[in-house]
Amino acid sequence: MTQVRKLYVWQLPVRFYHWNNAICIVALCLTGFLIGKPIALQTAAEASSSYWFGIIRFTHFVFAFLFFFNFMFRTFWGFVGNDYARWYHFIPLKKKQWREIVQVLKIDILQATGKPIESVGHNSLAGFTYFITFLFFTLQSFTGFALYADMSTSWFPHLFAWISPILGGDLLTRQIHHILMWGFIIFAIIHVYLVFYHDYAEKRGVTSSMIGGWKFIEEEKETEK
Amino acid sequence: MNKKPKTVYEEFQAKGHSRRDFLKFCTMTAAFLGLEYSAVGKVVKALENKPRPAVIWLHFQECTCCSESFIRSSHPLVADIVLDKISLDYTETLMAAAGHQAEKSLQDTMAKFKGEYILLVEGSIPTDANGAYCCIGGKSAMQIVEEVAEGAKAVIAWGNCASSGCVQAANPNPTGAKPVHKVISGKPVINVQGCPPIAEVMAAVVVHILVFDTIPQLDGLGRPKEFYSRRVHDTCYRRPNYDAGLFVNSFDDENARKGYCLYKMGCRGPVTYNACGVTKWNNGVSFPIQSGHPCIGCSEANFWDNGPFYQHLPSFPGFGIETTADEIGVGLGLVTVAGIAAHAITTNVRKRRALFGKRVDDSNVDISKE
Repeated sequence: MTQVRKLYVWQLPVRFYHWNNAICIVALCLTGFLIGKPIALQTAAEASSSYWFGIIRFTHFVFAFLFFFNFMFRTFWGFVGNDYARWYHFIPLKKKQWREIVQVLKIDILQATGKPIESVGHNSLAGFTYFITFLFFTLQSFTGFALYADMSTSWFPHLFAWISPILGGDLLTRQIHHILMWGFIIFAIIHVYLVFYHDYAEKRGVTSSMIGGWKFIEEEKETEK
Repeated sequence: MNKKPKTVYEEFQAKGHSRRDFLKFCTMTAAFLGLEYSAVGKVVKALENKPRPAVIWLHFQECTCCSESFIRSSHPLVADIVLDKISLDYTETLMAAAGHQAEKSLQDTMAKFKGEYILLVEGSIPTDANGAYCCIGGKSAMQIVEEVAEGAKAVIAWGNCASSGCVQAANPNPTGAKPVHKVISGKPVINVQGCPPIAEVMAAVVVHILVFDTIPQLDGLGRPKEFYSRRVHDTCYRRPNYDAGLFVNSFDDENARKGYCLYKMGCRGPVTYNACGVTKWNNGVSFPIQSGHPCIGCSEANFWDNGPFYQHLPSFPGFGIETTADEIGVGLGLVTVAGIAAHAITTNVRKRRALFGKRVDDSNVDISKE
């Protein structure tokens, strides 16, 4: 007989991070895309009467700071949170994790059947993908603050001022920042779809788990006799 | 011949300039260097007492636009004094001597002022084929620059060629052209960037070395911070249009006539560090953006390879000349959405088949019992 085991997987700080991050990424992509490709209004306006592009940029910078410190907080939580939140789920150092990556690829892409995925939190492929997005986060924050540094008198962005000279100037820095934005957009599309897919295929309540924190693991109850 | 070398002030007097002219020059230079008014005295004192610096100006792979810019510096005294001093020693374009005499003059200056002279280099240095692409007096540019840099107090690289290779080093760089700082080592190299650099900036860098006896503070790419610490964009008079979101859409539209921001026309101002917006050109008359043309980023490395000039995003490497990251991004996004749609369809087609070894249907599970 099947039985459902309830598990509290995502702690409040993890969920808080996730939604904060989602809002930041949407806001940053929208404003960032506009900054890269602004709408040119045909207008007789004087520059003194409007500031919409300045506001777009300001919004971008505010969310950038929020995004960065939110990410820093998640990194910290990867060392102090519950087992599902820990850093070792993101980096496949064990053979077992690589086996699971192959298994998940078979299920997700080839839609093969097999035994259920063992991991209750992130499966190994998801964890590894998030690790790659963390690298993206890092690169995006670094190039972003490097571009921001020369407009700022604050000490913090200047910590990143060494990046542009390494890349040979701001142009390549900006180009990398722009290309990585597409990485975020494409990640978001696949991420949302796969959540729906796994919710349907796994029946563990993945989607709602990021709101309430609980997952429901269906398993065969061992017969007592 | 072996008299004590003249000071800069004595040179001024010998040229027939008044003390008033001299003080005006000192004040202007101090202002260009970004010094406080009280520091003008220091400049005056230095130029009154210090002997004029020995200067060697070498020309390699270049178009002489740096020299052209320099002799058009707004204050005639700058060109008069600094250039006259320079031409006394060695500069291929403007010196009176020629042939063996010229080479002797170079050797003499190097020997007499060893460790004291300033080396100015205009042009990049070809390194392929043992430097055969640029030879002067039987020596390759590589040999010359290494030899002359050996005894130099400081090295100034004039312009984009000497600072980052400019058009000669653009892809595919047939002569293996390299900037000065990649050819010599162990000497401070000041990259006075631009194609060409602004005349006043060039003069002020020389005066800085003369007044302070040190090289100016440099940014991460070896450019003097006094002139290259701000973006053209951040000092541009059209900046308010940018913040207001008023952009030129094409060169002949109404917005262009109104002088709106050239950001969408590929202006490199936001990624270019130079003093154009402040110092301007030709005695402060204008600069490219003021004339309605976007900045092409001539004081940044690889600006030739980061084209097209009239497009905000540079072309994406390997995808043709006008393909930008946005076009590739949209393409990848569409492929992703198509893949997802196909996946969703197959998932639904297969839903009656087992996934994870179980049927995806409303099978009865017992939640109530623990």
